[in-house]
Amino acid sequence: MNEQRARLIVEDSPSESPQLRAENLARIWAEPIGFWGWFKAVHHTTIGKRYIATSFGFFLAAGLLAGAMRLQLAFPEAHIMGPDLYNQVFTMHGTVMMFLFAVPMMFEALSVYLVPLMVGTRNIAFPRLNAFSYYLFLFGGITLFAFFFVNSGPDRGWFAYVPLSGPDFAPGKRADIWAQLITFTEVSALAVAVEVVVTVFKLRAPGMSLNRIPVFVWGQVVTAFMVIFAMPGVVIASTMLLLDRTGSTQFYNPAVGGDVLLYQHLFWWFGHPEVYIIFIPGTAIVSTIVATFSRRHVFGYMALVLSLIATGFIAFGLWVHHMFATGIPQMSESFFTAASMMIAIPAGTQIFCWIATVATGKVVLRTPMLWVLGFFFIFIIGGMTGIFVASVPVDLQVHDTYFVVAHFHYVLIGGAVFPMFGAFAYWFPKITGKMMSEKLGVWSFWLFAIGFNVTFFPMHILGLRGMPRRVYTYPAGAGWTLLNQIESCGYILLFLGVLLFLINVWRSLRNGPIASSNPWGAGGLEWATDSPPAPYNFLDLPTVNGSEALWDAAPDQPVVVGLHEDVREILTTRLMDAEPEGRDEFPEPSIWPFVAAVVTTALFIGSIFRPIAVSIGAVPLAIALIGWFWPTREESARRRERDIWQKNA
Amino acid sequence: MAEERITPRRMLDVSALPDVTFASRSITWWGTLGMMVIEAGVFALALASYFYLHSRSDTWPPGVLPPDLLWGTLNTSIFVLSVIPTEWYRRRARHGDTAAVQIGLVLACVIGIATLAVRYEEMIHLNTDWSQTAYGSIVWLIMGLHITHLLTDWTESVVLTVLFFSPHIEGKRFVDAEENASYWYFVVLTWIPIYLVIYWAPRWLRS
Amino acid sequence: MMALVTAVPGFHGPQTPLDPAGPQALQIEHTLFLIFWITSLVTAIVFAVLTFGVLRQRSKGGVPPVLELNPATERRATWIVGGGIGVTVILIFVMMISSFITSHRTAVLANSATLKINVYGHEWWWEIEYPNGEQPYRIIRTANEIHVPVGTVVDIHGTSRDVIHSFWAPNIHGKKDLLPGYWNDLTLEVDKPGTWRGQCAEFCGLQHAHMAFNIVAQSREDFDSWYLAQLKPAAEPQTTQTIHGREVFLSHPCMMCHTIRGTTANSTVGPDLTHIASRSTIAAGTLANNTGNLMGWIANAQSIKPGCRMPPNPMPSTDLNDLVAYLETLR
Ligand code: HEA
Ligand code: HEA
Ligand code: HEC
Ligand code: CUA
Ligand SMILES: [Cu+2]
Repeated sequence: MNEQRARLIVEDSPSESPQLRAENLARIWAEPIGFWGWFKAVHHTTIGKRYIATSFGFFLAAGLLAGAMRLQLAFPEAHIMGPDLYNQVFTMHGTVMMFLFAVPMMFEALSVYLVPLMVGTRNIAFPRLNAFSYYLFLFGGITLFAFFFVNSGPDRGWFAYVPLSGPDFAPGKRADIWAQLITFTEVSALAVAVEVVVTVFKLRAPGMSLNRIPVFVWGQVVTAFMVIFAMPGVVIASTMLLLDRTGSTQFYNPAVGGDVLLYQHLFWWFGHPEVYIIFIPGTAIVSTIVATFSRRHVFGYMALVLSLIATGFIAFGLWVHHMFATGIPQMSESFFTAASMMIAIPAGTQIFCWIATVATGKVVLRTPMLWVLGFFFIFIIGGMTGIFVASVPVDLQVHDTYFVVAHFHYVLIGGAVFPMFGAFAYWFPKITGKMMSEKLGVWSFWLFAIGFNVTFFPMHILGLRGMPRRVYTYPAGAGWTLLNQIESCGYILLFLGVLLFLINVWRSLRNGPIASSNPWGAGGLEWATDSPPAPYNFLDLPTVNGSEALWDAAPDQPVVVGLHEDVREILTTRLMDAEPEGRDEFPEPSIWPFVAAVVTTALFIGSIFRPIAVSIGAVPLAIALIGWFWPTREESARRRERDIWQKNA
Repeated sequence: MAEERITPRRMLDVSALPDVTFASRSITWWGTLGMMVIEAGVFALALASYFYLHSRSDTWPPGVLPPDLLWGTLNTSIFVLSVIPTEWYRRRARHGDTAAVQIGLVLACVIGIATLAVRYEEMIHLNTDWSQTAYGSIVWLIMGLHITHLLTDWTESVVLTVLFFSPHIEGKRFVDAEENASYWYFVVLTWIPIYLVIYWAPRWLRS
Repeated sequence: MMALVTAVPGFHGPQTPLDPAGPQALQIEHTLFLIFWITSLVTAIVFAVLTFGVLRQRSKGGVPPVLELNPATERRATWIVGGGIGVTVILIFVMMISSFITSHRTAVLANSATLKINVYGHEWWWEIEYPNGEQPYRIIRTANEIHVPVGTVVDIHGTSRDVIHSFWAPNIHGKKDLLPGYWNDLTLEVDKPGTWRGQCAEFCGLQHAHMAFNIVAQSREDFDSWYLAQLKPAAEPQTTQTIHGREVFLSHPCMMCHTIRGTTANSTVGPDLTHIASRSTIAAGTLANNTGNLMGWIANAQSIKPGCRMPPNPMPSTDLNDLVAYLETLR
């Protein structure tokens, strides 16, 4: 420990009794109560829980839509759904799963709830922005489903290629709804990305130098950076689409110099990183659970972190592999093949490190670990089919067939949904203070795992038998009927698996056994506080001595004192070595983020019908934002006489 | 951990650390930086799209004259000169010099108005409209993006100016003032490549 | 697990990449199998090691204390992991090279193309044109059925009249998108005579599911005679019934969308019907081309292909009979 910190170390015992301080902190950090209080909440655990519940709700909804598709596809030339409805259903399914479930759940929800706890601080950076981002996400989702239920759901596929989604071939408002939903979700994702980066850069517990940051946090930071660099792609793409549709611009109109592939390039510039934005948090969960349930530090910490970063970089060199069939020059094709296959190296490195951890550790087969083992088997198969489609000639055959559908469900569900269920089982005690039923957990795992393979494995074969994706039905003579029916049966198992999980959650919440602060004997800081965490997270802000804070803690590990406890004050530390650097005061709960979100929503939806709505909405939005940032007299006064200015500023 | 809570053996006393911190030591600074990176990304891709569309068209600009240089160049010079007062009040802000910051912010608002006024003339002299060709659309999109930044930064400056003439002056306000200055730098910096692309690229790529 | 794929029988048929009918598809199949065996092998090994690792030492019951790491084991693990990564790199390189070679081989064939066919994607059918050196009187137009001579290298030169479609006949070659504003080329060579099915692979709206076509590979002689037949204008109707049928056609909206060379109908909204009777399917592979289907289709195409660009055509059944009788003379 460097002397700059040594000077701050004091030998002393706390001035007042912990109980008093706890009560006081609880009062200062308490979330507002009552009906309006709900809309003012700003603590990351509150918002985090809402993110988790909402995005999981969207998963269930999109899963039910999948059921509708499986029903329709169970019979050749079926007329259960017409093409118009089917197109809406599969588009909703894909859009909701990707934009309202996978990204918000794996990135926003998990990092908002866990990262501040894991780095040992009292709240996430920019708490009000955090609340705002949640409401925007919620309203975006509600809007989408509202329009779907009045038969105006998007029906152009989850990437809405032009010109099919352009003004000439997509009448009505369906494509606009899609484009605006994207705007909603991208704003909330970007907001959270900035919060996470700043939280991890500036709010880490003293001593948590870069090489001691938990792998999970590393994963979420890499993801945050990917969000920051990838999202602008879809911002531009969907904005141009909206302008073409409502503002009579010509970006994508070949007749007057526009170009249809421009959209694809912009979309996949975002779209490919998107899939790793979904997958990297999954690996972050796996690293955490594998370590805890192998009872050892994860093997190859450095290798894992470097693979994460490598994946983050390479991910931006792959987008064209979604466009192999568009007839781009062979040179660039080869480049993107090489890059796509290259990504198997960091992926493999991670897989091998985890296996090494498991093999050299003492495995505890609890539900979280089961889901992670499931992840291995499913994801690796998905990754391997990824190698198939990375090869241009092979992809020219299987592109846009069910082979690709199989690929991405193996990687998405293997790489995100399995880890997610593992994370639920793992952190449920921390979040709710109750243990889940092991028995039900095991059952839902096996139902889901078996159901998954029954549903999706035959899709590889269908693809190789020439069945294109996004077809609302298929001829009886094509030889695709039996396999489709097997898949549809598999869906029933999946359904039961998820249902059982819901029952488990419900029962555990009502009368599950009380959870201790650290039921798994894990090493992360989140396990150092009570379950569920108090509104101030930690009574004494901890200091850290290793990547698994609790396992590596020195016998006399110091704690932080000297923060004002009559306001929401937190400690800021240096980027590299996390040495204490300053103090900052976090804002109180406020209604303004909610108001701002409502106004923004009105603005977005209005703009679909009248572009002018943007200008009109800007005014109330500005007002809301001013209210958001306007300080009260007393806080200004208080701070004024307490201020300690930075030296040599 | 539990028993550790009762009587910590050693404690890290941070009560002496500053709470008015600037640049890389302030949380707000990192937040603003994050936003800037995102917006820079949007600009970058918009400019990339400009050149992509150029590569797809055999005449550039298609059937119209390039934008007139006068107003764009005028605005560019205003942007460049505006750096002087901005840098001045940014530095004074770090020393809590209220008077200087007040003057600086008022100047910032005036400059903002000036650039917006000139920008209006620029739009009139683009020699293209957004609905005729893809070229027109992308030009208007890029300009529009930058105008949004001018507007938001201007609003921010006005609000901050008001705060600085209110009883709300305190450490945080000076931090905000510094942020405001650095954000203006971002607006200026992004304008340089945009100016070159919108006004000069069509002349250089003329065919 | 993946081994199942090949275990499952029935990769034979008119629409699968795994039953090649030409050099392109064959090349691709080789690469596909190479990648398949490599990845299956690696997967199998990884699964085995993982299973072993899990079973090796499990803790029955509670959560044991954190383990002390043993440097010797760590070092051994490091070697194994490093080795695994090394192998990965090599295998990836192998698959990459094989993929490049195949891309190259399939590309060079283009140089020896001797027959050019223009394909225009429409929502939701394929317009086929044999430009034949652009001599107007030698050009033929048809729909949803492409005839090629066996063993000839054909250049499919394609674009779209509306949205993006994708031209894909798996037994012969991979797919290629037809994009508005672009012309893409795809080289085909069919070695076996026969009829191969292709289908639009890029989502293009309501009837994307019913946008198929046939590639008919036949001997030179058969091809030439087919070609000459297609060059002729529509056959003059002989019987009173077919003569009336033609009147029906020309007096109904039909002629506003269709062409029958030799009559006044020469619109290009829908497929060219000059030789409709010579085709084996109608409505882009949706129906077999027989009297019943033709009647059903003409009377109400919407009930068969909801959303397609052909409106229902209510007419007395006698008219319909005569009309179809006439169309069936158009071979
Ligand atoms: C979680 C999301 C996720 C993940 C992680 C991946 C991972 C990969 N994906 Fe996937 N992909 C999608 C989600 C994802 N994909 C989606 C949603 C689509 C479709 C979008 C749409 O069209 O709707 C898609 C489509 C897609 C395509 C376009 C297909 C087409 O449309 O025709 C391609 C092409 O290259 C591709 C490649 C890859 C590759 C090479 C990987 C690699 O990262 C895989 C690496 C992992 C492994 C290889 C396994 C572990 C490694 C080892 C055990 C070491 C040993 C390995 C070897 C020796 C090979 N993916
Ligand atoms: C993370 C992303 C994700 C996930 C998890 C899933 C999950 C599933 N998907 Fe996915 N899917 C996509 C992303 C995803 N999908 C994407 C991006 C596409 C492409 C779309 C496009 O082409 O544009 C796609 C396309 C797609 C298709 C192809 C459609 C087509 O091309 O025509 C099919 C077909 O079977 C399918 C099926 C399924 C099934 C059966 C599940 C199952 O795993 C679902 C399991 C979930 C459940 C079974 C829910 C159970 C619900 C309950 C128990 C509710 C209880 C009720 C209450 C409490 C109210 N999906
Ligand atoms: C408004 C335009 C329109 C009108 C009017 C119209 N058709 Fe069509 N027709 C089409 C289109 C478009 C298709 C292709 C539909 C598809 O396959 O998706 C088609 C397809 C057909 C086909 C199948 C061709 C093939 O090779 O697949 C036949 C036969 C046909 N029409 C006959 C008729 C007759 C007879 C009439 C008049 C009674 C008629 N059509 C009126 C547009 C029209
Ligand atoms: Cu044409 Cu799908
Ligand atoms: Cu990809």
